[in-house]
Amino acid sequence: MTEASIRIGQPWRKPPFIKRPWLRWTLLLGFAAYLVAAYMTVEVNWSRVYEGLERGKKFVLAFTNPDFTTRSSDIYEGMVESIIMTIASSVVGIAISIPIALGAARNIAPLPVYLICRSIIAVSRALQEIIVAILLVAIFGFGPLAGFLTLSFATIGFLSKLLAEDIESMDKVQAEAIKASGAKWTQWINYGVQPQVMPRLIGLSIYRLDINFRESAILGLVGAGGIGATLNTAFDRYEYDTAAAILLIIIVIVMALEYLSGVIRARVQ
Amino acid sequence: MLRLEKLVKTYKTGDQALKAVELTVPEGQVLALIGPSGAGKSTLIRCINRLVEPTSGRVFLGDVELTGLSSGALRRERRRMGMIFQEYALVERLSVMENVLSGRLGYVGFWRSFLRRFPQSDVDEAFRLLDRVGLAHMADKRADELSGGQRQRVGICRALIQNPALLLVDEPTASLDPKTSRQIMRLICELCKERGLAAIINIHDVALAQMFVQRVIGLRFGAVEFDGPPEGLTPDVLTTIYGEEDWEATIEAVDDDEDDIEVAV
Repeated sequence: MTEASIRIGQPWRKPPFIKRPWLRWTLLLGFAAYLVAAYMTVEVNWSRVYEGLERGKKFVLAFTNPDFTTRSSDIYEGMVESIIMTIASSVVGIAISIPIALGAARNIAPLPVYLICRSIIAVSRALQEIIVAILLVAIFGFGPLAGFLTLSFATIGFLSKLLAEDIESMDKVQAEAIKASGAKWTQWINYGVQPQVMPRLIGLSIYRLDINFRESAILGLVGAGGIGATLNTAFDRYEYDTAAAILLIIIVIVMALEYLSGVIRARVQ
Repeated sequence: MLRLEKLVKTYKTGDQALKAVELTVPEGQVLALIGPSGAGKSTLIRCINRLVEPTSGRVFLGDVELTGLSSGALRRERRRMGMIFQEYALVERLSVMENVLSGRLGYVGFWRSFLRRFPQSDVDEAFRLLDRVGLAHMADKRADELSGGQRQRVGICRALIQNPALLLVDEPTASLDPKTSRQIMRLICELCKERGLAAIINIHDVALAQMFVQRVIGLRFGAVEFDGPPEGLTPDVLTTIYGEEDWEATIEAVDDDEDDIEVAV
């Protein structure tokens, strides 16, 4: 009897991913039990929540009545500082990221260079922005310099990693054709590699600009300058209406950047 | 002009792609390399310009031994070997002109090429070549806007603008329809004749190879099984190269109807 004739007339099911039934069920039930146990350890203080609701309500209601005027000069200065921090750190970060990305792409860099560049990326990604900012504020004092350095550093980890991955997945033959013409290494990068990864590089750069702006609002909370500092002050003084105004401006700017990046990315395809 | 001596390539996986291949190509000879997939045709071509590093053996281009050259010297010698690829291998996001001019990269400095300021003589030659293959009006189009046949013509221009002594051609017609395939093969052979170029053409279409070349090399498991004129490809010979099959139909279908090169726009 052939394989097919045995199976004709029998129902067919996709074979399960975990073949042993006891293992499959142990994993599923174990995970469910863990979830229940984990949620039960989270304590909720309901009387505290009830008190907090009142404060939350004030905060949310402030958005219906944001105050742009009382602290307008503070908001303006903070915003300008944030934008300067964002642009300066993005440009510097991207400029440093490109050579590191080339070094971190296994298909074009020799192993020692690859390892060095990958470790730089790993360090940059392992250290969260806030932690770096706290350290840099301790070194350089309060103000936008610490914020600028933090964001530049964070940009390297983000952009180098993603750009390197794009370089690694490029079409090898196009690059090979340039090499076969007798091009130098720099020319090979410029003609064989760069055109292939340019759309990704532009897309990532705009995305990072967006992230850096949002981060600049957070970094102020630990003293690294920008609109975050203004926002922090507003919270400390319980001026929720001013805080609401600042948050609204941030939201509008982020949305504008989002729209802009969509337009640009569609253009560079 | 080109001489391979005991050329061996063993890949890291242990596959022996080339087994002591000996081959001499005289000035101006167009040669077809046939053989089943995995016979080592692509490896052989890539070992010549060292896109693939041969394991042992020697390659001479004229008097220069290519194997063992430093990377700088190898770059200079690569300028004398134009390469045409399967699937064209144009840089898709560059314009036709940039693709053609990229054949001059071995001759111009980095900044000139970076700023796309090529010498006037290179630009003129690029336009002459594009005109020769009927694509002068496409110069500023992006390469990915072209059809397959057009792309391969650009690939041919890119190889020729190097002013090479030898063309290495890897399955030039693999992704083209039968008519375009013939046009491309004819174009390559005509240009070789005009310029007195030697060429090694990898091709799996035996009939097409017979139609255009003076000499055929049959490769099987990395060893030369046949070396002779296209008429020498009898069913017996094809069986030693490819294995048992009915070969009569393949061989006799070869009569070239003279459709002159028409330029697909």
